Amino acid sequence: MNLTITLATTRRILSQLRHDHRTVALMLAVPTVLMVLLRFMFNSELVFNRVAPAVLGIFPFVIMFLLTSIATLRERTTGTLERLMTMPMGKLDLLFGYALAFGVMALAQVAIVATITLTWLGLDISGSVGLWLLVAVLDALLGMALGLFVSAFARTEFQAVQFMPAVVLPQLLLCGLFIARNQMNQVLEAVSNVLPMSYAIDAMTLVTRSTAVSGELIRDLVIIGGCGVLALILGAATLRRRTA
Amino acid sequence: MTSPAAIMVDQLRVIRGGREVLHGVSFEIPRGSITGLIGPSGCGKTTLMRSIVGVQIVAGGTVTVLGHPAGSPQLRRRIGYSTQSPAVYDDLTVLENMRYFAAVLGAPAEDAQRVIDAVGLFGTERQTAGSLSGGQHSRASLAVALLGSPELLVLDEPTVGLDPVLRDELWGLFGQLTRDGVTLVISSHVMDEAARCERLLLMRDGYILADDTPANLRTHTKTDDLEQAFLHLVREKETVTP
Repeated sequence: MNLTITLATTRRILSQLRHDHRTVALMLAVPTVLMVLLRFMFNSELVFNRVAPAVLGIFPFVIMFLLTSIATLRERTTGTLERLMTMPMGKLDLLFGYALAFGVMALAQVAIVATITLTWLGLDISGSVGLWLLVAVLDALLGMALGLFVSAFARTEFQAVQFMPAVVLPQLLLCGLFIARNQMNQVLEAVSNVLPMSYAIDAMTLVTRSTAVSGELIRDLVIIGGCGVLALILGAATLRRRTA
Repeated sequence: MTSPAAIMVDQLRVIRGGREVLHGVSFEIPRGSITGLIGPSGCGKTTLMRSIVGVQIVAGGTVTVLGHPAGSPQLRRRIGYSTQSPAVYDDLTVLENMRYFAAVLGAPAEDAQRVIDAVGLFGTERQTAGSLSGGQHSRASLAVALLGSPELLVLDEPTVGLDPVLRDELWGLFGQLTRDGVTLVISSHVMDEAARCERLLLMRDGYILADDTPANLRTHTKTDDLEQAFLHLVREKETVTP
């Protein structure tokens, strides 16, 4: 680990984004627009209050998953990854560089969508806003780590984008947003118990409902963080200095 | 620990895509020399270069670079490598690219401008790499290899698609680098570039046909033209090993 290299990498990724105004605009605006759409689709504060916290956990997760899987695939296919691997760049320097840069973007994204949701759209949260942001950013980092990991199995952009529905949609269906997890049949409930997004959504809902840092919340945060770290380590293992 | 040779390759075998592409290649490259790796496309030049910089999985044999096994962590600041297709960030400016790679290498910040000037990209600093012309693009990639003043430069087809004036300037730069003690390995499929090297490794189908100076090759094959010399060696080998 080398902090200078990590921070240089973060700065480099943010500079790349700075040159790409459209991506930044989409990243920052799309979740908010979807949230507004959701609010007026339900046209009921009660239903919106129930669903919105979960959805707020999903946006950063999905978007970071996509961005990371494409970004790392690009590093692999353009040869910049191979070039970095011939330099004194540690694998973790690169991964943490990405985590920091996309973490900053996730924070900005969540801050915007949260501000609109809590004011104009009238979502009531009884929990602390700080804790709420923390969970959302952790969700984003989990999405990033998973995106990084699966990008190792994609050789083309076509494959990479399809990992999104393949990896994210099952988690979305089983995370408890559509139907409470304990009301699913036993097999699906067991499956949902091992999917990290279930805990991301659970944590989002918990911090919305209460200020208390309950044991359940701590368990959720440990699981989200643990899965993120695990995916990062697996992702690091897929970055090879030598290739065939 | 300073060994006399910058690169020692012994019985190197590499298998790619289920096919052996290097069949037990052996040679040495002295320090401070400029060696041309010459041969047709597909003969194994790139694979050999990848083995030297340590990014290639090898099936057998050893590659020792600057006294260490190829790919050792100690070598990562001492080798500059430039691939055939430009490996720079197209959405960053030329200067941003150089500054980033300089930071990764721990090279001084002013190195960024130095290498931009060295490859003749002065004036394009604020252009994104993706908007450069083909020749400028590959020179930007070459510039990255020069960052941090490495002792060994491994350059895969660095002069492809450049106009003759630029090509001449780059060969001037390569000559200057060897006078400063840098070892250069440069691949090319253009025979007229071979004449500019001190030593030549002629490759074909994963074998080394010849390892000699251009002058000796001309004498041995009794021709002034290196293209003819290459053909002569191919035929000579075919009659020896039918």
